[in-house]
Amino acid sequence: MGIKNTRDVYFVSGGISKFAKARPDVTFQPMVKEAYDYALKDIGMENKQAQEVFDGSVASYFSDHFTRQLMAGIMIQDYLGLCPLPSHRAEGGGATGGICFQEAYKNIASGVMDVCVAYGFETMSHVNTWKGNEFIALASDVSFDYPVGGFYSGYYAMMVVRHMKEFGTTVEQLASVSVKNHNNAFHNKYAQKRRKLTIKDVRNSGMVAWPLTLLDICVMSDGAACGILASEEGVERIRKATGKTPKMVKVTGIGRGTDAMRMADRPHKEVILLPHEKASDYKGLKYPGIHSFRAGRTASKLAYEHAGITNPLKEIDFVELHDAYTSSEIQTYEDMGLCKYGEGGKFVESGAPFLPNLDYGLGKMPRQGEIPVNPSGGLIACGHPVGATGLMQAVFALWQLQGSMKKHLGDDTIQVKDAKRGAIHSHAGTGTYVTVSILEKA
Amino acid sequence: MKTALQARGQSRLEGKEPKKSRLAEQSEKVYPEQSERVKLPETDDGTILFRVPFPDDLKELHNMSPIVVKQPYHIDYIHSYGQDSPFFAGLSNGKLLGTKCPDCGYAYATPKGHCGECGARCDWVELPKVGRIHTFTVCQFGSEEFLKETPYMLILVEFEKFNTLFLSRLIGFDPKKASLDLVGMKVRPQFKRNAKFKPTDVYFVPAE
Ligand SMILES: [Zn+2]
Repeated sequence: MGIKNTRDVYFVSGGISKFAKARPDVTFQPMVKEAYDYALKDIGMENKQAQEVFDGSVASYFSDHFTRQLMAGIMIQDYLGLCPLPSHRAEGGGATGGICFQEAYKNIASGVMDVCVAYGFETMSHVNTWKGNEFIALASDVSFDYPVGGFYSGYYAMMVVRHMKEFGTTVEQLASVSVKNHNNAFHNKYAQKRRKLTIKDVRNSGMVAWPLTLLDICVMSDGAACGILASEEGVERIRKATGKTPKMVKVTGIGRGTDAMRMADRPHKEVILLPHEKASDYKGLKYPGIHSFRAGRTASKLAYEHAGITNPLKEIDFVELHDAYTSSEIQTYEDMGLCKYGEGGKFVESGAPFLPNLDYGLGKMPRQGEIPVNPSGGLIACGHPVGATGLMQAVFALWQLQGSMKKHLGDDTIQVKDAKRGAIHSHAGTGTYVTVSILEKA
Repeated sequence: MKTALQARGQSRLEGKEPKKSRLAEQSEKVYPEQSERVKLPETDDGTILFRVPFPDDLKELHNMSPIVVKQPYHIDYIHSYGQDSPFFAGLSNGKLLGTKCPDCGYAYATPKGHCGECGARCDWVELPKVGRIHTFTVCQFGSEEFLKETPYMLILVEFEKFNTLFLSRLIGFDPKKASLDLVGMKVRPQFKRNAKFKPTDVYFVPAE
């Protein structure tokens, strides 16, 4: 295994429509156009020029149920004026956006395209929350899991209960992830929820599936996001069209992994080791079980190898990861090797994934700011319009590495200083598809 | 134009020259007499909105509030259990079945038709009469279909000598008393008398 480098791939621009509970003012096409037009404008490109400069696109959306519209991808392509250029839809549950980003990467790396636009959306406001939960629950086995009353918050709750039992993770540690991400999002105008919270607020909010409360869980959202990727020749074409060199970022690693759809089916195998780990670190650990995501570990390993990362904690400056649940953020620290398996709770308690410059009201944390995780506020605070989410993370990572947060947010509180390398992580199901991509300052 | 079938059918029934279709008759009527207008039939069901506010200046339409309509959507879905069907037949006979690989011995507490480890076709086997709670949750919320059943408890059950788990409901335990101590508790399956051929035909109760 191992991903061979082909052509260099640059991420040159991105845009996001503000994530909101509902966007009745537009159908999904103009919502994507908001993100698309922003990305064009940011590199000084006219719409007409884009039609000449772009070679094709990848569309990202998760559920046909939410739109009650098949072939939504082509309706966006046509609305953006990108017909007859090539395009296809990427779909992989919650990881749809991350997969879309990587498919755009592949279009460039393989030489099939020189400039590729990745766009995505989800309109989840078209049904009530409980119906939305049902639609999402249909992304679990409909013979054995969904009909028992299974829904995603319930599945994640069962996963974290086992994590708590095996590793001593506490509900307060979970809550502190929510405090962190909401407080970060307070400075992000694109986020759906911008609130300063305490651990008590999180624990006292309504219980959804024990031990997860309303504030441990991301919300459904309407939103769109868009990214433009290019080869060296593509960048040259953009330069010729706009007269400007975009402040670009290089995609230096991609990785993707999978696991059994039914979490009841997760086997017990050897831990997949990252370069800085030894087999003796995990003696006797039943892995992945339901407390860890083997797909996340596989994706991390492949992406790290591709990007030449040997110690993620030391060599990555920030992470935008898929925190659909506070619990899954903690589980993901471990999968990505930011700490050892079982130590995610202590890792968040140490302050390492918090921003260094913010006061979270949690007192002094010895390792505050070591590797900020979800400086944007993540899914928990930004919202989770599924097909847009992974691309939204990519755009925030791009802006971090460009050092352009202030320009885009009008506030640079969540700007990670001197960020040179970041990781984005997109996750589906109960860890069925996971992508990790590495971005670096070019 | 008439189809060949229409023409043949009508001429057979009536034994004479085929009649003009209704549409053809209408279209002949409409044009000479404007007073008899052709109309699509209208009904009184669904949303009827009279006189939606509308500006004289069409430029102002950019500021118009969006129209949002609610559309009921119901389907009967024909779901096949396919190769998993014996599991549901088992439930209706008070038997909880899993599968086991005859080649490598890997055992599935949630049946899997073919072994994911080695690819062989699995055999049906009965699960032990007692299992243990591997993990659980208390659902205070759920998808629409299950909202009326909240709070309900979900458990993943582990069985001795089986490599994978089984998702089910726990009944007969006060959800308010749920704590991490539940993990490891012995449980046994019970079956509904009237099988609905759903995985909820079996549920678990405390065994100790
Ligand atoms: Zn086998």
